Amino acid sequence: MSIEVNSKVVDWVENETVKDLLKRMRYTFPLVVVKINDKVVPRKDFSEVKIPDNSKVAVIHMISGG
Amino acid sequence: MVEGQLSIEEYETGNTKHKWDYKKLKLAHRVVFEYNYKKGKVQAGYTNRTLYINLTTNEIKEKKVTEEMKEKFTGGRGFGLKLLWDSIKHTTRWNSDENELVITTGPLCGTTQYPGSGKSLCLTVSPSTDIICDSNVGGFFGPYLKFAGFDALEIQGKAKYDVVIVIDGEKGKVIIETAPLEETNTHHLNEQLTKMYASEDTDKSRQKVSVISSGKGAENSYWGCLNFSFYDIRRKVPRIKQAGRGGLGSVLRDKKIKAIVTKVEKVSGISNNPADPITLAKIGTKLHREVRDLDRYQCNMRAVGTAHLVEIMDEYDLLPTENYRFGNFPKASKIYSPEFYKHFTKIIPDGCWHGCTMACSKTVDGFTVMTGPYKGQKVTVDGPEYETVACGANMSIWDPLWILEFNFYCDTYGLDTISTGTAIAFYMEMYEYGILNKERCNNLELCFGNSEAVLELIHRIARGDDGEFINVASKGIRRVKNWLIKNGWGEPNIIEDCGMESKGLEYSEYVTKESLAMQGGYGLTLKGPQHDEAWLIFMDMVNNAIPTFKDKAEALHYFPMWRTWFGLNGLCKLPWNDIEPANNAETDDPTKVPEHVQNYVDYQKAMTGKKITKEDLILQSERCYNWQRAMNVWMGRGRRKDDWIPYRSMGPVTEMEYLSRKDRYDKYLAEKIGLFEKEIEKMNINEKMKLLYNFRQDQYQKLADAVYFRRGWTPNGVPTPQKMKQLGMNDHIMLKFLQDVIDKDDKAGLNVWGGKYRKGEEPPSIQPKYWEKW
Ligand code: SF4
Repeated sequence: MSIEVNSKVVDWVENETVKDLLKRMRYTFPLVVVKINDKVVPRKDFSEVKIPDNSKVAVIHMISGG
Repeated sequence: MVEGQLSIEEYETGNTKHKWDYKKLKLAHRVVFEYNYKKGKVQAGYTNRTLYINLTTNEIKEKKVTEEMKEKFTGGRGFGLKLLWDSIKHTTRWNSDENELVITTGPLCGTTQYPGSGKSLCLTVSPSTDIICDSNVGGFFGPYLKFAGFDALEIQGKAKYDVVIVIDGEKGKVIIETAPLEETNTHHLNEQLTKMYASEDTDKSRQKVSVISSGKGAENSYWGCLNFSFYDIRRKVPRIKQAGRGGLGSVLRDKKIKAIVTKVEKVSGISNNPADPITLAKIGTKLHREVRDLDRYQCNMRAVGTAHLVEIMDEYDLLPTENYRFGNFPKASKIYSPEFYKHFTKIIPDGCWHGCTMACSKTVDGFTVMTGPYKGQKVTVDGPEYETVACGANMSIWDPLWILEFNFYCDTYGLDTISTGTAIAFYMEMYEYGILNKERCNNLELCFGNSEAVLELIHRIARGDDGEFINVASKGIRRVKNWLIKNGWGEPNIIEDCGMESKGLEYSEYVTKESLAMQGGYGLTLKGPQHDEAWLIFMDMVNNAIPTFKDKAEALHYFPMWRTWFGLNGLCKLPWNDIEPANNAETDDPTKVPEHVQNYVDYQKAMTGKKITKEDLILQSERCYNWQRAMNVWMGRGRRKDDWIPYRSMGPVTEMEYLSRKDRYDKYLAEKIGLFEKEIEKMNINEKMKLLYNFRQDQYQKLADAVYFRRGWTPNGVPTPQKMKQLGMNDHIMLKFLQDVIDKDDKAGLNVWGGKYRKGEEPPSIQPKYWEKW
């Protein structure tokens, strides 16, 4: 019952949406691209799309600022 | 208008209430020398000439920009490097007569159709680093210099008395005149000169004048910045942007230049005379729409500028607090961007050049100064940007109003907020350890959080106080380190490890302990630790997208080259990746923002009329980047030893730092060094810290190995003649020089990899002199 987020293993939480996961990981940066098993999740769907067990999630933070 | 906002008439915009006796000021001016020139026309982004002024010999001349110069150096920072190479010696120091202050534009600078197209690039031999420092800046001066007739301005020599240099694009005249009565500090000087040199007493006329100035702080320190003005027609005040890093303002004042003024006849959408104005307008419009529609859901730059990063950096443990000991702090929310949003003037667009819809140059109008010589005055404060706010965090000062005061005084005194804040944070830490104390600090109680003492220090620097500490402190961390060690105060290791400078330049405001790539992004740079070459913390530490040395080296090749390109063309980097197209996520490499990269290819093509691919953009940068590194080597500061970084940027220097992130470091010892949990439990903290220290130092050396190899340099970090030839940089004097250096390094046994490679690990190449086979 786990998922991989940016190559790190974390617990899988039932019914967790992308938005919830970002909150749990404390990823507050607004410019992120999220992919679940290599498929992009559109930003507008973050609060609907649920994270399946065993999935690989990439939360790509853009290089803003700096 | 948004509910709750004031109407424009109700804003107090500051700086508007002074009365100056302009007649008296002007009467005191005396023309020292002058020069008439034929007004030219910009063709496809270039004027095809530069302006040379020598203040010692009273000489002014024009230099031709050849096709070869454009091909090899593109423009902007590249032109600056070429002009410096032709004029200085390898022994030139910041205050040598032959040192130059070079202000450059770039072929795309001055465009009004594409956001972020008004940047100037300024170069000089830096007092902090003894090598060339480049710094980019907004404001109107760069575009006006070009529209007045020149791609770059080169100033050599020193004047005898304070002078103003006037480049009058209306009349085609350059005048050097004494200016004894004007103020030196920026907020008054700008006001005086903008009005004095405007052709008519109207806001429209004042908008056609731009001023470069610095201040009293720059005169007495190595932190001098250049302030570039842009007259804000709505606020009726000259606002400013800074070329902050490396002491350019100190060089300006050392040359006894009070200000440089340029004025133009007119500016229009086609002043740059682009080869293909229709395509240019098309790509510009596309980006304007993106900014308008998406910014509020992305970085919110139009509302709070780069200050939006404060809360993000705090959340990700990257906001430097107490001299980079920690990356977040319980009180940090007091200086999050909403606290500044309250003070920002909200209904006036804040672009630092015409047509920049990003408009991130935020302003606090009607700010009442609380201390120092201008106490009680109402002023306009330009900023604060992220870096300035983070300086507050670094000194453990959590008061937004104090940060505005610090911002204002640094600007008007001509001090770089970054160097000033980072250096004082280091002095505060030394104070905490008793290495510095009240007596050694000329009576200042410089402990963390003492906001009054910080302002007092700044005021005393500006006054030219001759206290020993004030004197050495104003020259920056490197000099203070030497001073402390010479006096035998404190452990040299602690002093070296805690003081956040590399190459003599103070770090900008990011904690890099957990991102090896970003340690390289600060250390393996040309001018010193400024984040404008590469900002890789998220990519490395959060995304885990560049796990191997090779991956990190690729990023430390691509991003510095890509970002260098903005400086060659007179562009701002922010509209590249602080806004992204709606479908960016679906592209192959979203971190590069491919659609925007293509915009820049099309943009340069449309301006110059040349055939250009995206690979050509990187080639343009590689040429100049390698040239600048070669010039560093030539000036004695471009090898592995010069890419040293302090341990505070790699890991915990003190027990307190280790303990504050104990779980993280213990886990690291297990995962990266391969220790068993039981072994870690048995170790005391000093043993753990030592192990971590040695491991991380070795990691940095291995990173340097990989990066040098990727960039085509020797294992000692020297660009090879073979690489230079590949890039088309065939200057035989430079090539011979590099070969001699490599031969000498060879004899001294310095052409060896720096990392300790264990069984199963390999350096980037096992071939000695691998570069000879290229
Ligand atoms: S994005 Fe900001 S700094 Fe860059 S040009 Fe526009 S207003 Fe100036």
